[in-house]
Amino acid sequence: MKKTTLLFLYGAVLVFAAVACETMLPGTPADDALLDGPIAELTPEQNALFLAGDAAFNNEIFTPATGLGPTFVATSCGSCHAGDGKGHPFTTLTRFGQSDETGNQFMHQGGPQLQNRAISGHTPEQLPKGATFSNFMPPANTGLGLLGALSDEQISANADPNDKDGDGISGVPNWIEPPHFFKSQWYHKPQNGKYIGRFGKKAAAIDLLHQTVNAYKQDMGITSEFDPEDPINYAVSGQAGDLADDPEVSSAKVNAVVFYLRTLKVPVQRTPNDADVVAGKALFMSTDCGKCHTPQWKTPQSDVAVLSNQTLAPYTDLLLHDMGSGLDDGYTEGIAKTAEWRTPPLWGLGLAETAQGGRVFLLHDGRAHSLDEAIRLHGGEATKSRSKYVALTDTDRAKLLKFLDSL
Amino acid sequence: MKHILLLWGLLLMATAQAQTDSTSAFNQLFGRDTTLRTKDQQLKLNMDATYDRPFLTANKMPVSVGGYLEANTQYMQTDGITEGLSFQMRRMTLFLASSINRRIKFLSEIEFEDGTKEINIEFAALDIELHPLVNLRGGIIMNPIGSFNQNHDGPKWEFIDRPLSSITIIPSTWSNVGFGLYGKKYTRDWVWAYEAYLTNGFDDQIIANNQNRTFLPATKANRDRFEESFNGVPLVTLKSAIKRRRIGEIGISWMGGVYNKFQSDGLTLDKRRRVDVWALDFNTTLPMGTYINGELVWASIDVPSTYTQQFGRMQQGGWVDIVQPLVRKRMLGWNKAVVNAALRVERVDYNVGTFAETGDPIRDDIWAIVPGISFRPSPTTVIRGNYRYHWQTDLLGNPPARTAGFQFGFSTYF
Repeated sequence: MKKTTLLFLYGAVLVFAAVACETMLPGTPADDALLDGPIAELTPEQNALFLAGDAAFNNEIFTPATGLGPTFVATSCGSCHAGDGKGHPFTTLTRFGQSDETGNQFMHQGGPQLQNRAISGHTPEQLPKGATFSNFMPPANTGLGLLGALSDEQISANADPNDKDGDGISGVPNWIEPPHFFKSQWYHKPQNGKYIGRFGKKAAAIDLLHQTVNAYKQDMGITSEFDPEDPINYAVSGQAGDLADDPEVSSAKVNAVVFYLRTLKVPVQRTPNDADVVAGKALFMSTDCGKCHTPQWKTPQSDVAVLSNQTLAPYTDLLLHDMGSGLDDGYTEGIAKTAEWRTPPLWGLGLAETAQGGRVFLLHDGRAHSLDEAIRLHGGEATKSRSKYVALTDTDRAKLLKFLDSL
Repeated sequence: MKHILLLWGLLLMATAQAQTDSTSAFNQLFGRDTTLRTKDQQLKLNMDATYDRPFLTANKMPVSVGGYLEANTQYMQTDGITEGLSFQMRRMTLFLASSINRRIKFLSEIEFEDGTKEINIEFAALDIELHPLVNLRGGIIMNPIGSFNQNHDGPKWEFIDRPLSSITIIPSTWSNVGFGLYGKKYTRDWVWAYEAYLTNGFDDQIIANNQNRTFLPATKANRDRFEESFNGVPLVTLKSAIKRRRIGEIGISWMGGVYNKFQSDGLTLDKRRRVDVWALDFNTTLPMGTYINGELVWASIDVPSTYTQQFGRMQQGGWVDIVQPLVRKRMLGWNKAVVNAALRVERVDYNVGTFAETGDPIRDDIWAIVPGISFRPSPTTVIRGNYRYHWQTDLLGNPPARTAGFQFGFSTYF
């Protein structure tokens, strides 16, 4: 073969590659197939802050040298929220020590969270004798900013503690004692020095800063300027923290993570106009599921422009509801009773499978392995709705489930 | 990216008549050994790679020098997101060798990676031959685990990226201070060799690192490892290889030791925790000239049971390269120019096991396929283009992140 022919062929291969590269490079997955990514129309400054928070949340891996543990649950934020989605049973955490509204009786023994893992050479925390506990599956992160932008008045408006309307549903807010670093905002409306909690399985975190600082400390053993004390393993000694200098993460980084969580996009519903999905939504409402899983909200003015005056469909009322003895683990937080759980948002539900490794682990501890099973495990205030669901024909149940899967 | 590839391709076609032979005068001035992949190589083993390099010697000076350089450009994209076009100066390595005596020799290899981001002495050892079967080697050595760790020079490969399992399970280039023995036994068509070394070893960064997985290369960040052992327990590395002329070579190797600091000042801090790595390497050339080269590796790490399952207790991986010479003749004035087609298939699983909570498999793995084409104007220089596609699955087994892209670069001994 002549050298000119050879080089011509070699060049031709590259030309072919150039032409083909657009189809040979992996494209962007559909927007409705992903949970991560920023809310649209952030400013350049906000994009930079989002990216800083993204890096801290997903890429910063803590080690003993940077303050991990010595007892912990996970080594990074992203370990528990793959793709910003729901967690997996291997990162399920355990809370313990509070069985009524009088508070946690085991704070002096490491409450409220069990750090069930430890760095090399250290002993994980053990559940104290006599402590009631509950396992919590990490939730998805998406859309938290819009939920955080709602006002306390909006949330309280849906409360019906004495079930005045007689529908068997009596949602109540969880009133939480604020941590010292909490700053009250215009949309808060405290009662007796307490604020409405809206994040977490029991709605024990008032805002995303509260949630983030707690997660750094309780999940990873990372101290911050907001909370500079390591979790202590009292089984070892009252001084059994780590040897890294405190604070182990800066306020700037914590704030960036909070901004990241606030500005993660909301899940995009798939096939909203599909006839079965439309019919399923109607069945969802007619079975009164929507009485707790409130389908629509509108945010008031916010400090972040793109969070202001947004209509959202999270399918939650952010209130506590008695879910019956079947879901009563005997553990609680704030003023919630042990059988009471905050209504979890349903948006992003259909993408749980792609964040939980191809299976689904639903309800607060992941005990339900399908949407149908999760619904059938509802009790307490949801008993009537569950009965209506069970009474549906197979076809209608399938439509309702298809609607949930589209979220 | 598309435009750059187009431009490059058109440029190559337009300059197809260019001819040059600039090396002859240079080689007349210096004696250069350019015996790579010649018949003399038929009984050379991977373990010989350290000395099996082209060196320059001026007149009768006892010192010879050499080195290699590799650089490339790449355009990669992950799930629709690209960081754009990058130009990378992967590494420049300098060799300095000296025959102190007929049976005493010294060689050093200093590498500058990613510009000057990393500067390492990868090899600096004295070899004393007591008998062909008993050679003493001491200094900074490259542990003989697998084949790639010792035989990693860029110009020998048709691929721009190093094999994943060889750099992320075996932490190539994995060099340590220590000493040991090696030897060879030749018959007419066979050669058998062994290597046995005691060196400093790993540390607890292999399970405490910013990769969020068991990652043996994390130890390389410990700058003190050339000064003192992390825990006082030597890492043992053993390798045996056998090769038959015209058939090929197969090697089996193991390295193991304690990676954690289990005591300090006489006080117990932890139990001794082991890391063990096994590797199998092989290469052969088929009658039609097809060169097949591969390496399989397994690692077992005693991760504390109370640590997170994020960090694998067992890892495995491997790669197979197939290189097919398409044209081997005088081209553009180069007498022994070769055009090769190449294909690499590789996999690495950083966490072999199942979740305690669900019994489901733990993933955290990568599959990759890398077709490529290379042009070797001489055996010591390669110009190569690769297309890389890989699938990275997270720990939980969620849909994989897909990364693909084009790489174009060169590597040459000098």
